[in-house]
Amino acid sequence: MDNSVAIGRAQARYVRCIDDGSLDDWPGFFTEDCRYRVTTADNHRRGLPAGLIWADTKGMLHDRVSALREANIYEPHSYRHMLGQPAILAESGGEVESETSFLVLRITGGGPTDVFASGRYVDRYVVRDGEALLRERVVVCDSSEIDTLLALPL
Amino acid sequence: MDRLSGTTAGQARDRTWPRSLTQVPYWAFQDEAVYRAEQERLFHGPYWSYLCLEAELAKPGDFCATFIGEQPVLVTRDVDGEVYAFENRCAHRGALIAMADHGHARDFTCVYHAWTYNLQGDLTAVAFAEGIGGKGGMPPEFCMAKHGPRKLRLAVVHGLVFGSLSNEVPDIEEYLGEEILDRIDRVLGGRRPVVLGRFTQMLPNNWKLYVENVKDSYHASILHLFFTTFGINRLSQRGGIIVDSSGGHHVSYSAIDRSAAASTEYSEQRIRSDSEYRLADPSLLEGFSEVGDDITLQILSVFPGFVLQQIQNSVAVRQILPRSVERTKLNWTYLGFESDTEEQRLVRLKQANLVGPAGYVSMEDGGIGGFVQRGIAGASGEYATVQMGGESAASSESRVTEASVRGFWKAYRGAMGYDLADSPPDDTRPGRHRRARVSRAGREDA
Repeated sequence: MDNSVAIGRAQARYVRCIDDGSLDDWPGFFTEDCRYRVTTADNHRRGLPAGLIWADTKGMLHDRVSALREANIYEPHSYRHMLGQPAILAESGGEVESETSFLVLRITGGGPTDVFASGRYVDRYVVRDGEALLRERVVVCDSSEIDTLLALPL
Repeated sequence: MDRLSGTTAGQARDRTWPRSLTQVPYWAFQDEAVYRAEQERLFHGPYWSYLCLEAELAKPGDFCATFIGEQPVLVTRDVDGEVYAFENRCAHRGALIAMADHGHARDFTCVYHAWTYNLQGDLTAVAFAEGIGGKGGMPPEFCMAKHGPRKLRLAVVHGLVFGSLSNEVPDIEEYLGEEILDRIDRVLGGRRPVVLGRFTQMLPNNWKLYVENVKDSYHASILHLFFTTFGINRLSQRGGIIVDSSGGHHVSYSAIDRSAAASTEYSEQRIRSDSEYRLADPSLLEGFSEVGDDITLQILSVFPGFVLQQIQNSVAVRQILPRSVERTKLNWTYLGFESDTEEQRLVRLKQANLVGPAGYVSMEDGGIGGFVQRGIAGASGEYATVQMGGESAASSESRVTEASVRGFWKAYRGAMGYDLADSPPDDTRPGRHRRARVSRAGREDA
């Protein structure tokens, strides 16, 4: 199968998992050996390494989910991700580098729908047997400002 | 310097402030006139505001665009190697002189009419000053030296750059006092910080609610459940609260008690056996002694809006900037040090998960101020009560106290120039458990 089709499918399922499904399934979109980071365009451009969320193991992704469920306190809210088409930047062997624009709306309680974040996923996928898994995802938010807090992953 | 006239504002309205430090009137978080008076009396007044890190001005020509309260400010390093700060506002028509947050420049040229300033903030060129063909231009008596943005007073403390718009502000050593200086020195002294990342959190609340939150050691183990939920036993922690004599600055700290840890391996202590939950990757909390002592947490604040944080090996500075009565900009700068090993750098990046807008132990603070702001709507005549640990604003060995919150209000009400008044006792205040029913027969009070 074409890599862009496999990545497109994986990303559609990824956002459905966060927006409408169970967050417990979210780490399943990553390979066992993986990295995930949320940062801003300014930090990314300057090569500053810290993240709002920073994980270099799948265990850390599971810990994010269980902390949100069991420990952290925040007003209930949900996201609606709108994704652009993935741009395939490099392919070699089973590894694919791609970038995809995103827009995330946040719906807080019964209240308003707000534009929460826009940006791009800078990804490294591993594609095997038509299935694409994330080896690395850097979520680069366009704005340097986060409104109130970032609980659910992007 | 002559133009830094200090406090010129009159007394903030005809409000009075409760004499007891245990009462905080809710109107202080709601009133537009209070907000305006704060800009004059606190942020333009005889106080030091954090501007940026010296490390962000490594080379001559580097600059940071930052703020004192709402006021935009440029901080630069000139070719003489010194740090300078001046208003980020063109002396001509008031446009921003520089728009990038951080950058490098030989000089600054206002985009509007190309008035040019050097790195010390002196006006050096006015476009078409001589006119064209002998016509137009500035009047001959125009003197560039008399036109320029106001220059700030500056102080650098262990790489932290503070500025003031007032000539009346005391020297920074006197302002901070020995105890606060010692605790800044503990984290930053003798080390060269490296910026690991910068993040901005927009808070849906008055800036003072965030300051209170920083100073409130009482809430930490109650609101922030990350450590307790995951059974991370932080052992018997010794620590305390330091409140400086002005009340405005504070330090809260705690340390591992190694005598308690000695009986069992610390790594085994970390997972409470009866806890249902545990971290899938406990390496998050595998750190190192930050500066060779046992202190794993030190939160330090400087009046009015600066925080230096060490939470395990997550070191950061926070700049609290009011944006409106109900909106606050919180700038986080995550730090490492040039002396860090690769492993230590990795620990810092991992432990940054604890703090910031998505932090395991700080994300709640992004929401709680908004809950208070919404909760106190319609209650401008009521008071918050901060009685935990007594009525004073003194240092203590217990962290189950609101002493440093009271300290903030002690410094604040003094700075704002409020007259103090005894507030009415609770039972004379209206609206307590009175009901009225209206029926078809008419109104009857119950």
